[in-house]
Amino acid sequence: MIIFVCVVFQLRSVSVDLNNDVSLLIDIPDALCERDKVKFTVHTKTTLSVFQKPEFSVPRQHEDFIWLHDTLVETEEYAGLIIPPAPPKPDFESPREKMHKLGEGEATMTKEEYTKMKQELEAEYLAVFKKTVQVHEVFLQRLSSHPVLSKDRNFQIFLEYDQDLSVRRKNAKEMFGGFFKNMVKSADEVLISGVKEVDDFFEQEKTFLLDYSTKIKDSTTKAERMTRAHKNVADDYIHVAAILNSISAEENTALKNFTFLQKVEGRVASDQELKLTELLRYYTRDIQAAKDLLYRRARALADYENSNKALDKARLKSKDVAQAEDNQRQCMQKFEKLSESGKKELTSFKGRRVVAFRKNLVEMAELEIKHAKNSVSLLQGCIETLKNC
Amino acid sequence: MKMAASSERSPPPFPDAEDQESEPALRDEDSDEGADIFLGTNPLEAMADSTFSASDVLSDLPNDLLGEPPSAVFGDPLSNISKQESTSNPAKQSSKLPSDVPCDIFDPLHGTGMEPKDDGKNASLIDIVINPVTSAKDNLPVDDLLSQPEIDIPAKTKTEQPAELRSEERPKDEPLSVASSKPKKDLFEDSPEDLFSELPKTKAKTKPQMDLFGDSSPDLFMDAKAAADTGPGRNAPADLFSEESVATTTSKSAKSNISANSIVTANSKANGVHSDEEEQDIFAEATVELSLDSPHNNRKTLDTTKPSEPASSLSAAAGSSKAQAKTLEELEEEESEDKFELNISITNPEKVGDGMNAYMAYKVSTQTTLPMFRSKTFTVRRRFSDFLGLYEKLSEKHSQNGYIVPPPPEKSLLGMTKVKVGKDDPSSGEFVERRRASLERYLQRVVCHPSLLQDPDVREFLEREELPRAVNTQALSGAGFLKMINKATDAVSKMTIKMNESDVWFEEKLQEVESEDQQLRKLHAVVDSLVSHRKELSVNTAVFAKSVAMLGSSEDNTALSRALSQLAELEDKIEQLHQEQAGNDFFVFTELLADYIRLLGAVRGSFDQRMKSWQRWQDAQTTLQKKREAEAKLLWANKPDKLQQAKDEIAEWEGKVTQYEREFERVSATVRKEVIRFEKEKARDFKKQIIKYLESLLQSQQQLIKYWEAFLPEAKAIA
Repeated sequence: MIIFVCVVFQLRSVSVDLNNDVSLLIDIPDALCERDKVKFTVHTKTTLSVFQKPEFSVPRQHEDFIWLHDTLVETEEYAGLIIPPAPPKPDFESPREKMHKLGEGEATMTKEEYTKMKQELEAEYLAVFKKTVQVHEVFLQRLSSHPVLSKDRNFQIFLEYDQDLSVRRKNAKEMFGGFFKNMVKSADEVLISGVKEVDDFFEQEKTFLLDYSTKIKDSTTKAERMTRAHKNVADDYIHVAAILNSISAEENTALKNFTFLQKVEGRVASDQELKLTELLRYYTRDIQAAKDLLYRRARALADYENSNKALDKARLKSKDVAQAEDNQRQCMQKFEKLSESGKKELTSFKGRRVVAFRKNLVEMAELEIKHAKNSVSLLQGCIETLKNC
Repeated sequence: MKMAASSERSPPPFPDAEDQESEPALRDEDSDEGADIFLGTNPLEAMADSTFSASDVLSDLPNDLLGEPPSAVFGDPLSNISKQESTSNPAKQSSKLPSDVPCDIFDPLHGTGMEPKDDGKNASLIDIVINPVTSAKDNLPVDDLLSQPEIDIPAKTKTEQPAELRSEERPKDEPLSVASSKPKKDLFEDSPEDLFSELPKTKAKTKPQMDLFGDSSPDLFMDAKAAADTGPGRNAPADLFSEESVATTTSKSAKSNISANSIVTANSKANGVHSDEEEQDIFAEATVELSLDSPHNNRKTLDTTKPSEPASSLSAAAGSSKAQAKTLEELEEEESEDKFELNISITNPEKVGDGMNAYMAYKVSTQTTLPMFRSKTFTVRRRFSDFLGLYEKLSEKHSQNGYIVPPPPEKSLLGMTKVKVGKDDPSSGEFVERRRASLERYLQRVVCHPSLLQDPDVREFLEREELPRAVNTQALSGAGFLKMINKATDAVSKMTIKMNESDVWFEEKLQEVESEDQQLRKLHAVVDSLVSHRKELSVNTAVFAKSVAMLGSSEDNTALSRALSQLAELEDKIEQLHQEQAGNDFFVFTELLADYIRLLGAVRGSFDQRMKSWQRWQDAQTTLQKKREAEAKLLWANKPDKLQQAKDEIAEWEGKVTQYEREFERVSATVRKEVIRFEKEKARDFKKQIIKYLESLLQSQQQLIKYWEAFLPEAKAIA
């Protein structure tokens, strides 16, 4: 069984388009994988005076990111903002498991086949790793490019504090609490869905987002399945090539190309995964964030209406009127503020989404064409050699 | 692949062969008549072969071959048809010929030794046999001719055998050489252009020749083949020679002589050469050597041997060696041409009857130029069990002799039941198509086999309107059960028989076959999973396409929505593509593998037959031994009355032992030949199919490029 001890590598490309704000640039130039912990090096370059130095790097773990996200979500002031979705937990289980399986099946394969499979798995592992790093990077970049969130104190600490943040991991009770909160939230969502929407824009947004989120979720799973199937096909090519190779030494030259074919096919699969599935996945999360915003706004709306009712009641009873009025005013303010920033956020979200889709679709199409062309030339060469021998 | 490669490479070697002019041309043409051509051209070869093989044994044969048979058999057709061939024939014809260009070409061959290099350049005298014709047909530039002739000459000198032969052959060849000497001059006088201009004519002539042969010699040809198959020729080369020679020109007597010779020589010479690769390697080396040596040899021959005789003898010798070298390729070509002579297609599967008694009937159409059939095209309707019946008959008759009888596709109860019950289920349609295709391949394999083609049952199957209903093919009938038991006992006896293999070749081949069988099975499984994964992929793609379409419909940005629905369409198309590719994976690749797994079973069967016959021989020997002991006991006990009986028995068993031994040897030879043939066919088949498969992949990739390129502007249009 092979253990990935550590992988260090460079990153590039972002799957989400962001504003090019030079005042605060964040990237994750490399990351280190130790067992199931991934240590990211978060590198910041800034011109802002809030930071002590113009450039610095700090080590961060996945849990630190989650902590940052959670604090942001829990901050009242940001209720009207779409908080960028937290990056998903790094999942190296599947390639690791596959590696394990491969190790077990080593005896049934030829050496060549085994090496190929191993390489393939390593490549897959690398891809997963790369993706993990990328989503974390994107999370930070989204924060940094956000006018309000980039000023957040916690965020700045996250970036600058050069010691281990030693964020307290959630204990079981909190985990359960979080789960419970979610339950309440979804129940609440159902309850307040009865509240009449006062603003057409939000009404539309809500229906659209609800619809869109189910569909994009669906598409994501389908795309995942498709890429997995593609991967299977690519893996089959490995086996076919290996056996063909061993069947006849003479056929070697021509049939080695089969291996390349597999590589191309495999790349198609992983690129599809990277470009399309990741995009869809990201937006599934992002839309969830937008939905959360809507929920918060709806909650505020409901509160506002409740406070209105409370005020009416108080007036009727002429008791605690001042307090109720105060409460009502607060609720109204909160709601209005939420609505305003929510509107802005949602509009920018839309724009961002379209741009991201465009970018990824174009990239995917270009990659597909590139790969297809590769395999065409490969096949042509292959046929040529075969015909000539 | 290597083999295939050699066949491709063959053109160079061909030029080398000096004796036959028409042959190469025909090949190059790739015409259907190629086979016929062979017949026509081979006389020379035959001669060469006979002399070659005969070197040890034949002092008489060459004379016979050269003198009588050719003139008798070929004399007329050749003179009428083409003069090139006359070259091979006695001087009479050649003397006439010189005036004609073709003759000239031909003659140069004999004279090559004497002629200056110029000649070689002009007419490629040396090459004459092959090149002139080829050049004529292909309209190759003179340069080619020039370049080749030199190479050809060396061929003569390259092998030791030719040299040995020279001395022996000279007397025989003399007539030829004389004849050739004259033509030589003519050749020289003629300019190369003339040759070329004349070449078209030769082409024209070759055709009639073919026809002649087609009409007149088919029987000869057939006989020859049959003789070759059953005959003494154990080794491939020997067989080849004998087949060709017989088929082509010589009379039957010549045939028998040749074959006899070939046997003798085959063992001595061919042993080292059995396997294809080796042979090919040898050839390749030979050709290389030739090319290297050629200039020197050329000059040498030119300088030293002015008299026409040595030259001719050289050429003859060279021809013989060449012939040997060529045989493989020729065999291959012969086979491929056999295919052209007989085209079989199976079409129109049709359901006959209803319910569980329903069956599929297939239209078997044959197109042939073989005279053994009553007409050129005919069709019959056959059902699946008829095919099985044919196999039963053939395997009963031939497999015990060591022939590899191509196995038919397996019965599929499930598939057929579906067809019987199902209406228009796509899977049953696929099943029928799959079966149709595999039946077609099966039948083509049968008729491709030279000796199976001769079987009256095959002919009947192809020609007769109504076949008696094949019995014993029901999947689980009593007969089937019996067969299963037989197979089981066979397997047991196989395990118990410990054969001490005397022939390394068989041992190695058997191992090869077995490991190949395993590999193919593995590959089959993998390709199978490839097919199913691709199908899965296509299903998933379709689902994704639908989902994207939905997403697109709910997208509120118009451009993005449009792009998404375009993407959905694109994915739909890709799904189609995947599906087609899965079909191709299956029909082109998987079926090929399945066929060959079955065929390898048949190959193993032929090895088993050989073992069985060996076992019989050994048993007979043991019995004989026992009888002898009994006799000794009787002798010792002094019982004269029983002694006579014992002696009789011994004589009887002695006879049996020799008979079985001979049988064993015959079976061994057949198996060997069959395996070589099978391997050649396999290589060709695989090459063809893999190219086809890769082409299908190529196509789908190209399609993919088109689709994505069409999509790209859509994606870019999102704003």
